[in-house]
Amino acid sequence: MKGPLQSPTMPIPRVIEVSHLRKAYGSTVAVEDVSFEVFEGEIFGLIGPNGAGKTTTMECVAGIRNADSGTTSILGLNPRQDIYALQSRIGVQLQQAQLQKRIRVWEAVDLWSSLYPRTVDARVLLEQLGLSEKRNASFMSLSGGQKQRLFVALALINDPEVVFLDELTTGLDPQARRAIWDLVNGIRDRGKTVFLTTHLMEEAERLCDRVAIVEHGRLIELGRPADLVRKHCPERGVVFSSDRKELAPELERIPGVESVRADGASYVVRGLGDGVVTGVIRFIAEQRLNVSDFRTVMPTLEDVFLKLTGHGIRD
Amino acid sequence: MRGLLKLTWLETKIFMREPLGFIATVVLPVALFVFLGRSFASNGEPSARTRQLLGEFVPILVTLFVSINAALSLVAVISVYREGGILRRLRATPLRPPVILGAHVLVKLLFTAMSLGAMALAGRRFYPVAVHFDPVSYSLAVLLSTLAILSMGFVIASVVPTARFAQPIGSAILYPMVGVSGLFVPLASMPKPWAMLGGVLPITHAVALIRGAWAGAGWLEQWPHVGALVATIAICLAISDRVFRWE
Repeated sequence: MKGPLQSPTMPIPRVIEVSHLRKAYGSTVAVEDVSFEVFEGEIFGLIGPNGAGKTTTMECVAGIRNADSGTTSILGLNPRQDIYALQSRIGVQLQQAQLQKRIRVWEAVDLWSSLYPRTVDARVLLEQLGLSEKRNASFMSLSGGQKQRLFVALALINDPEVVFLDELTTGLDPQARRAIWDLVNGIRDRGKTVFLTTHLMEEAERLCDRVAIVEHGRLIELGRPADLVRKHCPERGVVFSSDRKELAPELERIPGVESVRADGASYVVRGLGDGVVTGVIRFIAEQRLNVSDFRTVMPTLEDVFLKLTGHGIRD
Repeated sequence: MRGLLKLTWLETKIFMREPLGFIATVVLPVALFVFLGRSFASNGEPSARTRQLLGEFVPILVTLFVSINAALSLVAVISVYREGGILRRLRATPLRPPVILGAHVLVKLLFTAMSLGAMALAGRRFYPVAVHFDPVSYSLAVLLSTLAILSMGFVIASVVPTARFAQPIGSAILYPMVGVSGLFVPLASMPKPWAMLGGVLPITHAVALIRGAWAGAGWLEQWPHVGALVATIAICLAISDRVFRWE
């Protein structure tokens, strides 16, 4: 469904190229050695736990911070030397940034508009982000979701080619989070490249065309979320309840099945590969079982992360 | 330039929306000025000593108070903006760093001018003695002194760890300087070490410059104080440029 990378006919231009990026704060090494590329029109996500080096990496790419070593190119420019040329072509939303408490929404948008040579219609933008009614509200009176939408508006005001979004939905309730996700998809649909960081695996899975998993300042895996799950977590689970007990020995004979847990007439079947699910369905049909509950348990990016690092992302 | 004007105007509006800040910056000094004036002159015809107090000491004390207040307010704003990530956010725009900080200096100068102007107006109506001074000379002296004190504010803003400590640390650094500035006791009557200390502190030169301008002294004879304040600004800006923290 998503992915500008699926068309094999033309090479997709690379918008960002990062090679052996390194950045330390005193004796603390935030980014050890990170290399990756971002293609035009994709949503690319840096994922990993807090303190993994995601924000530092993003800020070095966006020219907000200077890397200690490594080369970075964005839109063919050097973020360090060409920062002022770059600024009019990118949009950024920074983690945990605030605005003046008593600044009004329209004042912020108006200030930002005045700073760029080319801007989009601020009224339309506020409309699109659902902030029209909050035009005259002060920043401090906005809800968390409204503040984030305002920051998205400020990041989009100069009609940028690349948009950087750092932990965009942290601290938002699920409903506001979903609204923001729609918004980010909308940005990509308008042909922009989105570079985001998140420690929410669900967010990465929903939004990103490709993700890079970062830990301790190093990039440990990179690819499409579905490909990463298939590669690292082939485990499949089937949970179902039927009208018959003592099916465990027969279920265990299905090819690929590794374990079966039975609780009365309810079963949890685990195994490797997609064949396990098909096998269980076929078995149910052949045995003419009446099934009152049936669901599959698929691994997620979170499981991939757990497998690669040996710990959960929130540990 | 457009960014500077836009940001200055915006910060001015934002400052006006904070009622307490406005009262402390503009209303309080004027009230203090009128109150001090009235209380010194409460018993009938003022004596020569009282006249001197009212004609020179009180106006200069209040002027200095306004300047130092502006610097403390600058320190507070900068540290709050830093702590809230506002400086970081503004810095990620095409606004150049000197513009972001310069806008705050302009706002502080604007409100300093406003409170001094209000004092002059209130003085004509409510102050017990008539004062005579050269407004141009006095304004230039106040401008230079305030810039020097604001530049010290930038250095203080660079070193205060959190916004909570900004105002107390700023006060603890700036107000004691007034004690040895020669405002209350002439430097000549102070114990030698204190006088020497006072001689090297910028606020001493600010007091001397404002007092001189107030008394009608020519700028030629004021040059040591002008030089000291210009040097203060240059040194403080150089230090800030190295140690200022944006986040």
